[in-house]
Amino acid sequence: MAKVERKSTLSEERVRTFLREMLLIRRFEEKVEERFRAGELPGFLHVAIGQEAVAVGVCQALDDGDVFASTHRAHGHTLARGTHPNAVMAELYGKLEGCSHGYGGSMHLYDVERGNLGANAVVGGGLPAITGAALAFKLRKEPRVAVAFFGDGATNIGTFHESLNLAQLWQVPAVFVLEDNHWAESTPEIQHSPIRDLSKRAEAFGMKVMKVDGQDVEEVHRVAQRALKHARDGKGPVFLHVETERLVGHYIGDPQVYRDKEELRRLQETRDPIKLFREKHGISDEELEEHDSEVQELVEASVEFAKAGTDPKPEDALKNIYA
Amino acid sequence: MPEVSYREAVRDALEQAMRKDDSVFIMGEDIAEMGGSMGVTQGMLDEFGAERVRNTPISEIAIVGAGIGAAMQGMRPIVEVMYEDFLTVSMEQIVNQAAKHRYMSGGQLKVPLTIRTQGGAGWSPGAQHAQQVEAWFVHVPGLKVVFASTPTDVRGLLWSAIYDENPVIFFEHRTLYGLKEEVPDELEPIPIGQGRVHREGSDVTVVATGRLVHEALSAAEEAESKGVSVEVWDPRTLQPLDVDGLVASVKKTNRCVVAHEAVTRMGFGAEIAAVVQEQAFDWLDAPIERVGAKFAPLPFAPVMEEYVVPHANDVLEAIKRTVARG
Repeated sequence: MAKVERKSTLSEERVRTFLREMLLIRRFEEKVEERFRAGELPGFLHVAIGQEAVAVGVCQALDDGDVFASTHRAHGHTLARGTHPNAVMAELYGKLEGCSHGYGGSMHLYDVERGNLGANAVVGGGLPAITGAALAFKLRKEPRVAVAFFGDGATNIGTFHESLNLAQLWQVPAVFVLEDNHWAESTPEIQHSPIRDLSKRAEAFGMKVMKVDGQDVEEVHRVAQRALKHARDGKGPVFLHVETERLVGHYIGDPQVYRDKEELRRLQETRDPIKLFREKHGISDEELEEHDSEVQELVEASVEFAKAGTDPKPEDALKNIYA
Repeated sequence: MPEVSYREAVRDALEQAMRKDDSVFIMGEDIAEMGGSMGVTQGMLDEFGAERVRNTPISEIAIVGAGIGAAMQGMRPIVEVMYEDFLTVSMEQIVNQAAKHRYMSGGQLKVPLTIRTQGGAGWSPGAQHAQQVEAWFVHVPGLKVVFASTPTDVRGLLWSAIYDENPVIFFEHRTLYGLKEEVPDELEPIPIGQGRVHREGSDVTVVATGRLVHEALSAAEEAESKGVSVEVWDPRTLQPLDVDGLVASVKKTNRCVVAHEAVTRMGFGAEIAAVVQEQAFDWLDAPIERVGAKFAPLPFAPVMEEYVVPHANDVLEAIKRTVARG
């Protein structure tokens, strides 16, 4: 079947929003890499460069009251959902002003007010709770949807299979967003899955599958809206299979010895979601520059905010263990 | 109120909470039509319907995980894990997720989830259907752990577990389900973290949990006939532990025996012994004695099972040893 080129129906305002949100994630992640290499950020960091369109496309389609669970690669989802860069950066610096108040870090970003139920450092660890959150919405007859982000690596773990099975069995309003970047850390999909089309795993449970090119933010947004509506209308969960690319290493500092450098360069040239968006919407250098400088100011300010933030007292470590 | 069994007491707490509160629901394997493998939830499907008495697939990860998610969204789910051995299947969700969401979020979330489970030897199911694994969970910050030994306690403690804002692992003992006693007409919540003196005594404190409370009470009767006065103290909540109640009892009797059905080595009793020596060392007249299962998986053959797990006589022997010293 020939690929149908879909004409853009985006309003000018949407174009600006999508561009700006993707740029914010890109510049934020670049800054995080820079500050990590400068030795300012403790812990372990995974950036979402290349996957910005997934975060923005899905999060822009969420309603107030929807919730989501993220992964170890969580900065993009969190920013796209509207958590202020100051709060995210402050968390990466381990400050009380951070979105998890210094208790979480990069792999445990939370913002419950905005429906962010937490990034999870156990691959697949957040999926069962998304099925459960969706069950709560169904039991209370609330028009809300619970969304799980996860990667292709997570489709091999038990939490994935048990969560999808139960969600489909109970027809709960959940959307399972597979960010298929074809890598589980350093292990390519060919070495971690015996099948190439991972959406077959959801089909096996009888779940509705939708597929979309994750480098096209407009398409991600359009299909995510359909998926969310399907779930919200009580028609059951949806498996949203998003083909995307990780244009960087697994973690900051990953030398990517396992990856073909030529291929990576080719992907950076041809599959960068921001470049593709510019081309599709004819965004001029001037317009890009205008957004870019605003976003960079925000990011720069977030570093200043974070550095000026409050260190927790050591004994704060003993708070928040029990409610 | 007439006598009720431990099983009926559990059911009564579940039913009363579900009548009072729409946010309470139960889910687990075979809990609906069948009424659970131990018959605890029998009849509940008829009263509350399949939405609130949810039969699940054999899927402990998803059952516990869904409970976590529903709890984070304001429900008070009670998940039944058929045998405590199967908690191991859902261990990641309990330890990394349920116990830590509040902490990792810096206090933004709470997980008011109750996980009911049961186990216990005495009927030769072999190595994967009767372990006592409470010690694995008391080690996890963020979890509460309850182990009730009587109908009154199980009812009042389950109520408190359901209404606690934290994840609670609620252990029941299989061989106690038929145990009957008179319970108060009105359900009286028993606070989490409060131990109970089952029997007062002056020569030795036996700290016992679950089935071993009853073994300790028989041993105490026997000891009494030989002139040794035994206090039997049940922590009821293993995490948090009623340290004050424990220490007060030992300071009174000056001797301590710890008794549980779980394997002795590295067990919950070791923590009890550590707390007692830290806080009541000068009051102790003899080393603390430990009673528990031998360091072996549970064997199948009844003679071997009988040999591995502790009984009243093992408690009595420990009482005699401690009284004989100093």
